[in-house]
Amino acid sequence: MNTLFDKIWDAHVVQHVDGGPDQLYVDRLYCHEVTSPQAFDGLRARSLRPLRPERIFCMPDHNTPTHDQDKPIADSVSKAQVDALSRNAAEFGLTHFGMMDPRNGIIHVVGPERGLSLPGMTIVCGDSHTSTHGAMGAVAFGIGTSEVEMVLASQCILQPKPRTMRIRIEGTPGPCVTAKDLALYLMQQLTTSGATGYFVEYAGSAVRGLSMEGRLTLCNLSIEMGARGGMVAPDEVTFAYLKDKEYAPKGADWDRALAFWRTLHSGDDAVFDKEYCFDAADIAPMITYGTNPGMGMPVDGAIPPEASPKALQYMDFQPGERLLGKPVDYVFLGACTNGRIEDFRGFAALVKGRRKAAGVTAWLVPGSWEVYRQIVAEGIDQILAGAGFELRQPGCSACLAMNDDKIPSGKYCVSTSNRNFEGRQGPGARTLLASPLVAAAAAVTGVITDPRTL
Amino acid sequence: MKRKLDIIESTCVPLPLENVDTDQIIPARFLKSTTRDERFFGENLFRDWRYRADGTPEPSFVLNDPRFGGEILLAGRNFGSGSSREHAAWALAGYGFKAVISSFFADIHKNNELNSFVLPVVVSEDFLAELFATVQADPATRVRIDVEAQTVTSLTTGRCEHFELNAYKKYCLLNALDDIDYLVLQQDKIESFEKSRQHAL
Repeated sequence: MNTLFDKIWDAHVVQHVDGGPDQLYVDRLYCHEVTSPQAFDGLRARSLRPLRPERIFCMPDHNTPTHDQDKPIADSVSKAQVDALSRNAAEFGLTHFGMMDPRNGIIHVVGPERGLSLPGMTIVCGDSHTSTHGAMGAVAFGIGTSEVEMVLASQCILQPKPRTMRIRIEGTPGPCVTAKDLALYLMQQLTTSGATGYFVEYAGSAVRGLSMEGRLTLCNLSIEMGARGGMVAPDEVTFAYLKDKEYAPKGADWDRALAFWRTLHSGDDAVFDKEYCFDAADIAPMITYGTNPGMGMPVDGAIPPEASPKALQYMDFQPGERLLGKPVDYVFLGACTNGRIEDFRGFAALVKGRRKAAGVTAWLVPGSWEVYRQIVAEGIDQILAGAGFELRQPGCSACLAMNDDKIPSGKYCVSTSNRNFEGRQGPGARTLLASPLVAAAAAVTGVITDPRTL
Repeated sequence: MKRKLDIIESTCVPLPLENVDTDQIIPARFLKSTTRDERFFGENLFRDWRYRADGTPEPSFVLNDPRFGGEILLAGRNFGSGSSREHAAWALAGYGFKAVISSFFADIHKNNELNSFVLPVVVSEDFLAELFATVQADPATRVRIDVEAQTVTSLTTGRCEHFELNAYKKYCLLNALDDIDYLVLQQDKIESFEKSRQHAL
């Protein structure tokens, strides 16, 4: 009651369906190439057109190669899917940021950085990490392809209203503790189903203290606790980030929007269905040892004795084992979780003056061309090159290995992405989720290393 | 695909694992198809558990166990966590499943099953454990799901539980209607909502 989530949700209810879900109006639909083609086919089969094409933005990101994007995609199946999105967008009059468009990148990086995801909005996409956009102070959640078709056809979605949860993190995080570590800690505490059925509002001084990039990382990982979405009330950090963004309101519209956005916060009397409070001082740089994102621990910790035997067998780890000093084969910096400028700044600051370890293959993939340009403008590319790292072109890349960036079977990858499921980064690949700083420490030492000791 | 679901009575395939994520149900490399060919997705259901790297069936996986078969999948708690890919629900439908019984489903996947006309049935942990035990002891055990009555019954033990299903969605399943059929009829309400909004973004 009177939570930020309730305020936004309730303001978008077109009607309560008799004996059923809410019909919710959607302000923004994003489409990528993987989960949309069947929805567009469905429209054609029903002879429908998108009801509000101006609210819909399309871009390929999952299949895009991270090199030679100016050339045709070599994998013909990937190419067919990327081409289908381009054709569908043209046929139905939707805005499309295609490959090599300077605005292209991972949807969950592009939406906020172009000012398309705004406070107070409802935002959906056929992608579970749509929760990311909640960091802007929006109700944003992932949906299936049938639901994409619903929104295309009616700009609405039928959804049961989730319950509300507030997670407060108070205090100041210690050295090398990033938004990613806060999220991995929450998942370890709550498990991967601990927030299922809930929509989470993150609050508390440690959350307030996060940059916009950090908040996007935190909200991105809400789904990994099972939550429909996560959000942070908009504040001066949000407004400063949005000011002058391409699609953000301008002039008098900006002033009006700002006045509205300042009302978007939970009331002092807000009642949540569930509340948690954590102390930031308890949180260390984290790493996962298992096959779901809830199987995490401090990077200098030991695998719990009760850890899932199936997970440990897949990872070839033992209960009670410490991971510090374990050799690493691959390092992946990027994804909608950690592919933003702040992540590259952090990684670069740690590898500056050091060299990439000989045995490590490192893939550094900016989340968008905008991030890529920022990296170059700040000279970060030179720092990375000086340390033996090469910058790739933007896309989802090794997070789910739908392009060529696959981790070979049995190899260990310290990855800044969001999922360590079996085979996620390629059949047989072994993923250790961590922050850009833990990834950087592994990249320059060749072994799992606590970044606080470098 | 839209189909009428009213009575599902079948033997069950037991998969007593918890936190089965949608990357396991259908790995990402099979998501490149641009068509909704449920048979293709069904052939690759649980691909990396079902087949070895060389393409031969993994005999220890339940879908390759000739003792088990049927239209109902029994799954451990938190089934369908992770990615929002509806292809996971299409794969279940394409393989021939009409219902999944578990004690807990991940939200997005649960909606995807309903929208793909695969019925997610939530039962108590206790009943789920009993179903696993009876099906494993006797693979011929039959389970009956009655959508209208919202009941699931073990025909071996006679135990019956009520399951949740909202009245709207029940109507859809019983009549092979989907949400898009409903929403396109609501255009007047959508337009009047747009006109009356205080803060249109």
